[in-house]
Amino acid sequence: MPVTFTSRETTAADERCSRGVPVRLKSVSIAFDGRTVLENFDVEISAGEFVAIVGRSGCGKSTLLRSVVGLETPQAGIITVGNVAKHNGKPDVRVMFQDSRLLPWKRVLPNVMLGLEPALIPQARKVLTQVGLRERANDWPAALSGGQRQRVALARALVHDPNLLLLDEPLGSLDALTRIEMQQLIEDVWRSRGFTAMLVTHDVAEAITLADRVILIEGGRVALDDIVDLPRPRTRGSARFAALEERVLGRVLQRQPVVADPW
Amino acid sequence: MNQHQKNPGVKIQLRLGTLAKKALPWVVPTSLLIVWQWASSAGILPSRFLPSPRAVVSSFIGLSVSGELWMHVRVSTLRALSGFVVGGGVGLLLGLLTASLRSAEILLDTTIQMVRNIPPLALIPLVILWFGIDESAKLFLVALGVFFPVYINTFHGIRSVDRGLLEMGRTYGLSGWPLYREIILPGALPSILVGVRFSLGLMWVILIVAETISARSGIGYMTMNAREFMQTDVMVVGILLYAILGKLADLLAKGLERYWLRWNPAYQTAR
Repeated sequence: MPVTFTSRETTAADERCSRGVPVRLKSVSIAFDGRTVLENFDVEISAGEFVAIVGRSGCGKSTLLRSVVGLETPQAGIITVGNVAKHNGKPDVRVMFQDSRLLPWKRVLPNVMLGLEPALIPQARKVLTQVGLRERANDWPAALSGGQRQRVALARALVHDPNLLLLDEPLGSLDALTRIEMQQLIEDVWRSRGFTAMLVTHDVAEAITLADRVILIEGGRVALDDIVDLPRPRTRGSARFAALEERVLGRVLQRQPVVADPW
Repeated sequence: MNQHQKNPGVKIQLRLGTLAKKALPWVVPTSLLIVWQWASSAGILPSRFLPSPRAVVSSFIGLSVSGELWMHVRVSTLRALSGFVVGGGVGLLLGLLTASLRSAEILLDTTIQMVRNIPPLALIPLVILWFGIDESAKLFLVALGVFFPVYINTFHGIRSVDRGLLEMGRTYGLSGWPLYREIILPGALPSILVGVRFSLGLMWVILIVAETISARSGIGYMTMNAREFMQTDVMVVGILLYAILGKLADLLAKGLERYWLRWNPAYQTAR
């Protein structure tokens, strides 16, 4: 699939609609060894939407993401990616994992080229430039920092020009500054390309910075589904941002067994 | 000013330091050689027990000028390498097969593990019965000995390929041969090379024994033949040749590791 580049200013809603695909999960249940992770789970994500999925560790948010790309098979329910009427063939779904999962025996550019025809080298170089690693094309992954490796992983996903990008805590192991940079980068490419994005994170602030909508999963079900109605790019300092963060965090913490309060 | 005067001294000291470091590993062998030569010249060490280093060197020169030495070296190397290629190749293929296909593992692995516990050299009487003292006898023994390290390490290498990378490969649409080529084989390569290195060592050990017992040419034959005539100098030349050839095989394996695993910081040469 050829990569199309549109400058950020001319990002139009129509571009966004043409790349992104809707995702629909209908009464999905997943269990591991009898332990239910997701139960009768319903969610609808529209084309081009950026959805963040938050929740405590082990709440099933990663399992949800993995089931969308087919790495987990649900015991019950239907998962639909894309609009069958509109897209002929399978929509292109890419995943970014918490660890970069670069092939250590391939240099940076061949890593980005994984599964591509050699004719697409110029595109791969373009995407590497976009993530700011043009000069590192011939380095081994072992020579890169954690943040740079994640950039390569992002480039590897983007070179396919995905309809849906799944982000499984991709910034979880990065330091705070690199994290903010990566958030900006992800927001930029999402805005310019208009794919549908599903981000799993345990960082509520990150979710609110990036997403159109924040979904909180608890006990295998949707506990909260909030629209983030803030203008982009978002600043963490703003009062509305803080209020929203407070609300989601409050809801996350609600279920925790309450320790004796000193007040 | 003071610093300017200090610097050359430090440099010389450093150079001496690196020189000493390079010389250090050779101190013990060199002194051993000197003591050996002295003991032979002084008549303490009779030459029918152990020849003097000088006698070894002159017999080495004599044998190589006559071309006899190179004939034996060529024959032995050819045997060793062809046995290695056959045994290692079969080990690699079977390892790949049993590690990748569950049914192949169930069918073959138990048998292979049983046969593995038989020392190849224990088969020598049978092998002589089957093949005589033909080339095929040596080939068979070397191939059999070399097979197991390659097989086991290939199997282990494939089984221990990072699951995360396999998962990633599948989400990028890789399956079948491309998945094998891009992820499984390179992931298993470090382990496979450990097997190769190990079996290169074993290759010489088995060949030496096989040639000593039954052969009409090769280094082992040359050494055994020299025993008949009490030519201790030729015997020592043969023994030293094995040491050199073994070292060369190990260097080759190391070179392969350095090249194929150059992505791995553990194998990058610190220069």
